[in-house]
Amino acid sequence: MSEPILTQRNERRLEKQAADNKTVFGFWVYIMTDCVLFASLFATYAVLHNNTYGGPAGHTLFSMPFALTETLILLTSSFTCGLAMLALHRRDKRQVIIWFTLTFLLGIAFLTMELTEFRHLVVDDNSWRRSGFLSSFFTLVGTHGLHITIGLLWMAVLLIQVLKRGLKRATVRRLMLLSLFWHFLDIVWIFIFTIVYLMGGTV
Amino acid sequence: MNLFAGLLGKLTLSAFPTDAMTAGAALSIIAGGMIVVIALTYFKKWKWLWREWLTTLDPKKIGVMYLIVAFLMLLRGLSDAILIRAQQATSVGAAHGIISSDTFQQVFSAHGTIMIFFAAMGLMFGLINLVLPLQLGARDVAFPFLNATSFWLFTSGMVLINMSLIFGGFSAAGWLAYPPLSELHYNPGVGVDYWIWSLQIAGVGSLLSSINFLVTILKMRARGMSLMRMPLFAWSVLNSMVLVAFAFPILTATLTMLFLDRTLGMHFFTAGNGGNAMMYVNLIWAWGHPEVYILILPAFGVFSEVVSTFSRKRLFGYTSMVWALAAITFLSFTVWLHHFFTMGAGANVNAFFGIMTMLIAIPTGVKIFNWLFTMYRGRIRFTTPMMWFLGFVATFTVGGAAGVILAVPPADFQLHNSLFLVAHFHTMIIGGVVFGYFAGLTYWFPKIFGFRLNERLGKYAFWCWLVGFLLAFVPLYILGLMGATRRLDHYSAAMGWQWLFIISAIGVGVICLGVAFQVTQFVYSFWKRKDNLDTTGDPWDGRTLEWSIPSPVPVYNFAVLPIVTGRDPFWTSKHAKDKTDEEPHYKDILVPKNSPLGMFIAAFAFLVGFGIIWHIWWLAIIGILGVITTIIVRTCDDETEKYIPAAQVASIEAAAKERYV
Repeated sequence: MSEPILTQRNERRLEKQAADNKTVFGFWVYIMTDCVLFASLFATYAVLHNNTYGGPAGHTLFSMPFALTETLILLTSSFTCGLAMLALHRRDKRQVIIWFTLTFLLGIAFLTMELTEFRHLVVDDNSWRRSGFLSSFFTLVGTHGLHITIGLLWMAVLLIQVLKRGLKRATVRRLMLLSLFWHFLDIVWIFIFTIVYLMGGTV
Repeated sequence: MNLFAGLLGKLTLSAFPTDAMTAGAALSIIAGGMIVVIALTYFKKWKWLWREWLTTLDPKKIGVMYLIVAFLMLLRGLSDAILIRAQQATSVGAAHGIISSDTFQQVFSAHGTIMIFFAAMGLMFGLINLVLPLQLGARDVAFPFLNATSFWLFTSGMVLINMSLIFGGFSAAGWLAYPPLSELHYNPGVGVDYWIWSLQIAGVGSLLSSINFLVTILKMRARGMSLMRMPLFAWSVLNSMVLVAFAFPILTATLTMLFLDRTLGMHFFTAGNGGNAMMYVNLIWAWGHPEVYILILPAFGVFSEVVSTFSRKRLFGYTSMVWALAAITFLSFTVWLHHFFTMGAGANVNAFFGIMTMLIAIPTGVKIFNWLFTMYRGRIRFTTPMMWFLGFVATFTVGGAAGVILAVPPADFQLHNSLFLVAHFHTMIIGGVVFGYFAGLTYWFPKIFGFRLNERLGKYAFWCWLVGFLLAFVPLYILGLMGATRRLDHYSAAMGWQWLFIISAIGVGVICLGVAFQVTQFVYSFWKRKDNLDTTGDPWDGRTLEWSIPSPVPVYNFAVLPIVTGRDPFWTSKHAKDKTDEEPHYKDILVPKNSPLGMFIAAFAFLVGFGIIWHIWWLAIIGILGVITTIIVRTCDDETEKYIPAAQVASIEAAAKERYV
């Protein structure tokens, strides 16, 4: 009698594993669709980046050290996120919490810097209403920022779940997805940094 | 007054319709809603509705709900079409027709938007939900909760677009809302905002659906069903969903930019301040052209199943059919510019896009010939689905030829924005998409509901649709060649066009007769369902896995997951010489629990849309917080599935077998 029960348990475990695989694969597909969304915004920026309509161009607005600091912060947060994932593979709850908290704080720092930049632009009368170029700039960078915000919110919720329930199977899966998401945002930022700040920041 | 503006934004009493036509439509919507509510209360069906339908995560029920919404929207779009035809038949010379030109503009904008997004897309997702898991030998879709959320987002968008009849009016900027006309400066009302947000919400639903079905197809096929053993309908869905996944994010981005222009004063597409209106046209067609293939590919899939079943032959040229689908999928992203050859991109660019457009005729031709070869020497049964197929072959080929003419840039310069174009795409969409989904609906109806639709009434409906379609659109081809432009509100009697417009209006009348036959067909077949019961699970002598299980399908689809050894697996097992009659060994089956949270997410998304349309910011913020909170609540629930015990499975299967005697 014990054998069928064992097989049944085994089958259920396999069923759950298959479900996890599906979710991770589905998340990859979602990331791909998000890539297309960003691609549309990049294309728009490429078309409009010279349409300053008498307003300022990118090189008069962007500060390279500032953008580089933002980039380094976000890259570091990707690194700490990676460390968190290593800890997750060891099922080391304490380290998972530590590294994700650090990632969270770095994310907050990045977001604060981005909002500071936006505030400066708006205060100096260079808001999104000024020109087609600034509209596309705010939208492209802002959409990335919105994604970061969602990522942070997600991270906070998952941190609470880890604290309250430990590293349960569903939570582990969600953390894996979150780390995919976070690295993806990092890659998108590399493109923003290159195309918006590096290429637009110099004459 | 200030407080009022703070609370209700731009929404004032003047938002309610004042002209008789719109007020009548608004009142009929409200009255219809009230009748439904009263009926549900009177028959004490609220609990049943909640438990069996509103909170369900079963794709079969979600599919049925999609079809119901889509049919309602088909009727709404049809009434718009009647208005358009009636207006153009009468608004000539001194007469100015039956509706004002502003209402007319809203009507044709609503007709296109509703028919594409809410009728055609709804029929497509309905059929996919009903059939795809069954064809794959799967028990469910990959993400049942996401699937329900997609459906409810689609429904939210639908409610929002119809809300515009009651509050504030719809967009008058055409079904694709080209700027700068759709910008705030030229369209200061809320109509375009309704358009943006109903499409945005429904569009996100479609995008999530595509992820769901892609994963379902790629990860959940029955054991042994390699990709090249999949039924053609599943292949067509795979291609269509790849297109959705690539195209709909572009729509999301484009709609967002138009919203930012209108609401936050940005300058993406404005006439001044460095905006670029043609960029919108490029972006919207980079989504829009794939969109027409998103709609037609599953219809191709339906026809592949129908023609093979009713010719009692395996599909001719399976491999070439698959590659033709893939070719169309790829090419559909390389032709968007043919929608605006007149932009002035230059001869070389136009030549490229013209040639790419003509290339699409090749894989499409391959498909047509393969279907014909499937029929060749088959034992053909002229059932209703087969009639829809034959009607499709004739109309679609003509429409496709018209498309090749339009693909020639110099010809297009003459025909651009004329009624010739309107006739062309209606030939493709009615003759292709609509006929296809009607064929699929008739074909799979017994699988879902357990009884067949009446054949005689179905054939009446088919003939009315076909004749009505020809009467309605052949005159438009001629009018287009005579120079009549689309969206024409009024023309001079000296043009000599009126008789053609009148024939076209009569055609719509005949189509309405067809729809009346369809409604009668549903009611009559339901009433007489005892005579048409599907007692075998295989009413058409089918070939694919969905026919191997009882009709209506039990909640878990397959009591024992099938193992596939080739194409047309059910046909093979039916005709196998050494059938094994041993009692199957049932196991516990995992199914998702019901959840209303998908509906709540969509309801909050509706509040976001409605709040932003009317600048009622607190409502939009509540909506956003509501969406976030609902998602968090869902992720904190780990007990979302339950097991149906093996004993219960056995008794359900036994009951189904008993019905079959």
